[in-house]
Amino acid sequence: MTTIVDTAVEVRPFQVETPQAQLDELRRRIVATRLPSKELVADRSQGVQLATIEALSRYWTTDYDWRQCEAKLNALPQFTTEIDGVEVHFIHVKSRHDNALPLIMTHGWPGSIIELLETIGPLTDPIAHGGRAEDAFDLVLPSVPGYGFSAAPTELGWGAGRAAQAWPELMQRLGYTRYVAQGGDVGAAVTDAMGRRAPEGLIGIHTNLLVPALGGAPMPTETKEERAAADQLATFRATGAGYLIEQNTRPQTIGYALLDSPVALAAWMLDHDTDSYYKIARAFVDGQPTGNLTRDHILDNITLYWLTGTGASAARSYWEGAQASAQAAGQAPPPVTLPVGFTTFPGEIWRTPRSWVEASYPNVVYFNEVDRGGHFAAWEEPQLFSDEIRASFRSLRDGSMS
Amino acid sequence: MSTTVDTATEIRPFQAEIPQQEIDDLRRRLLATRWPDKETVGDASQGVPLAKLKQLVEYWATGYDWRKAEAKLNALPQFLTEIDGLHIHFIHVRSSHDDALPVIITHGWPGSVFELLKIVGPLTEPPSGEDAFHVVIPSLPGYGFSARPDAPGWNPERIARAWDELMTRLGYDEYVAQGGDWGAVITEMMGRQSPSGLRAIHVNLPASVPPDVEAALAGAGPVPELTDEERVAFDALAASRKSGFLGYFVALTARPQDVGYGVTDSPAGLAALFFWHPGFASWSFGSDPNDPKSRDEVLDDISLYWLTNTAASSGRLYWEHGGAFPTSAAAMKVAEIRVPVAVTVFGEDGFRPPESWTRRAYPTLTYVNKVDKGGHFAAWEQPQLFSDEVRAAFRGMR
Repeated sequence: MTTIVDTAVEVRPFQVETPQAQLDELRRRIVATRLPSKELVADRSQGVQLATIEALSRYWTTDYDWRQCEAKLNALPQFTTEIDGVEVHFIHVKSRHDNALPLIMTHGWPGSIIELLETIGPLTDPIAHGGRAEDAFDLVLPSVPGYGFSAAPTELGWGAGRAAQAWPELMQRLGYTRYVAQGGDVGAAVTDAMGRRAPEGLIGIHTNLLVPALGGAPMPTETKEERAAADQLATFRATGAGYLIEQNTRPQTIGYALLDSPVALAAWMLDHDTDSYYKIARAFVDGQPTGNLTRDHILDNITLYWLTGTGASAARSYWEGAQASAQAAGQAPPPVTLPVGFTTFPGEIWRTPRSWVEASYPNVVYFNEVDRGGHFAAWEEPQLFSDEIRASFRSLRDGSMS
Repeated sequence: MSTTVDTATEIRPFQAEIPQQEIDDLRRRLLATRWPDKETVGDASQGVPLAKLKQLVEYWATGYDWRKAEAKLNALPQFLTEIDGLHIHFIHVRSSHDDALPVIITHGWPGSVFELLKIVGPLTEPPSGEDAFHVVIPSLPGYGFSARPDAPGWNPERIARAWDELMTRLGYDEYVAQGGDWGAVITEMMGRQSPSGLRAIHVNLPASVPPDVEAALAGAGPVPELTDEERVAFDALAASRKSGFLGYFVALTARPQDVGYGVTDSPAGLAALFFWHPGFASWSFGSDPNDPKSRDEVLDDISLYWLTNTAASSGRLYWEHGGAFPTSAAAMKVAEIRVPVAVTVFGEDGFRPPESWTRRAYPTLTYVNKVDKGGHFAAWEQPQLFSDEVRAAFRGMR
């Protein structure tokens, strides 16, 4: 139910074709994994549990089939185009509805375009997914430079701000003059930065991770909800942010293990936040997936990182972000004057109260807290997530906004 | 020139004998390393540069010989004994001098007993007229040939108690203790526990940073009034913390198992992690980058972690410790130490606290000195100078 846009000369179609030798080599390495001794605790407090990794490795070498993921990707219109010196890979699905609103949606770390695939149907073809034609989007899903099938930058400066500069160019190149942007995690950082740049054509943004709060901007802590969120954020900084500090400071160092050991890569990617870790662990250890976070989908994402060899380059994007933050220290970024929508998913690292969103952005047009979903909201609850995107951008469609 | 003590029944001699297939497997993995792209900077600010690590790994796979390292260990009397439910490996060399002072010397991370081998001779059999020591060098729990704990609780406090038990079991009712890096943390903890046999301690990673300076470094207080020398030290500390060198400390403290998978499955990943540590990072394999002797020493240490599969278990000590800075006087509670304390600051170490801070930190300080040469692994790099410092530190404690 989708058609490919007429591509400009510099936008080239792309298909994933993984040589069999690479898949054989991956399997060989997983089978030959040398494991550490078991953690000394009964929870995740020392990191990804050995039983989780053993179950994951077993599934990876037996039932898992990357070719199915490859076929799923290749059934979608994929392209590459060079922007600012880097070859950018993206999925571009146009809706059949004429009044569709163009939307550029950005994945995070340790995610990829894989985490957004199940939203393509609901967002581009709402009628088939419980929505109305007026809710349709033309959808652009780029791979952030250094991630997946986008090239890894070989020069400095590719933090979220640089992607925020590249995405409007991509939308313009695709012929979109009026569009919205969405993101969680790193995608939220890119989307937030786009909002601050306010390029011509961008009419609003929606995020599901409150970037200013993670960046350390002061947030109100008067109500019970506000204090609870502040506590969650403090806990994350105290014990959950090891990966963040590692990637912020020495991405190349961890990169060696991530490129050389598939199990190291899997462990590094599984330990993002408490909620998503336990959901993923349950999927492998107990065979109980949460929502769409199935074993196959989780391994699609990890295998994508492995086959594209992007463990180090993705980590480097954090280093770039830290460099940019250090340079900007003390200077307040320009405000986001564009309309902003935000959805709080309850399993996210911290449960963002409406007041925090309003403290972060002067022009909040949509806020909602839903009852399911966590850090990988689009991946875990694609239908609910899509409903939120529709609701958030409804007021910005033609006729309701100058 | 040394003899072993008469061992009690529970102390068993030990020899390192790694099966050949494990050495072959290591070589196979090294040759099959899948490398990331080159870093995007011209220095080590993103981590170990690709070219440097490739050079090391190539030599590790093709030129290095673990059997020589094993021979170095096996030339010394080594033992295993069970303490507090865990098998502890240690080197024990008695001096030929009856009046020698027993000393227990503790290594750090990413070091091992290998960093201390070269001081055994100078300490046990010094030139005539100089003080001699009976030397005990244990492997920390979860490190090298000591067993890996399989339950939580092996923190510095417990290790310090085990070390006193070890010295007692060896028949030493009066002894001194020495350490750098984790060894300093354990040694200071022994000083706080002050068991009846412990006469004095010497550390070369002192917990000298005063609380007001620590607060200012953490952005939680104003910069206090500082002398010129203190200002230099303060600026160096501030710069090094900004540079991200402490990231490994944070990562291992938070989630050692996550780091553990990579360094257990990938020897290149293990070497990369070690070169994050400032004590290794500043090493270019000795002054001559092609000097195989010095490069061999680095690989002796890294290979020990690999072949004993202790990369993950050694990292758990950070988790057990809970993140308190070993250089912070308040965090290490060194004011509680009740035995005489001696401190040497080695001039090539990244951490060089001024004497004024050290004097403030240690109420029982009896000796403080700063020497020009030697870095974080001073005993490894400058064994003679290090031995002279240990001798000077414990003079009068006999």
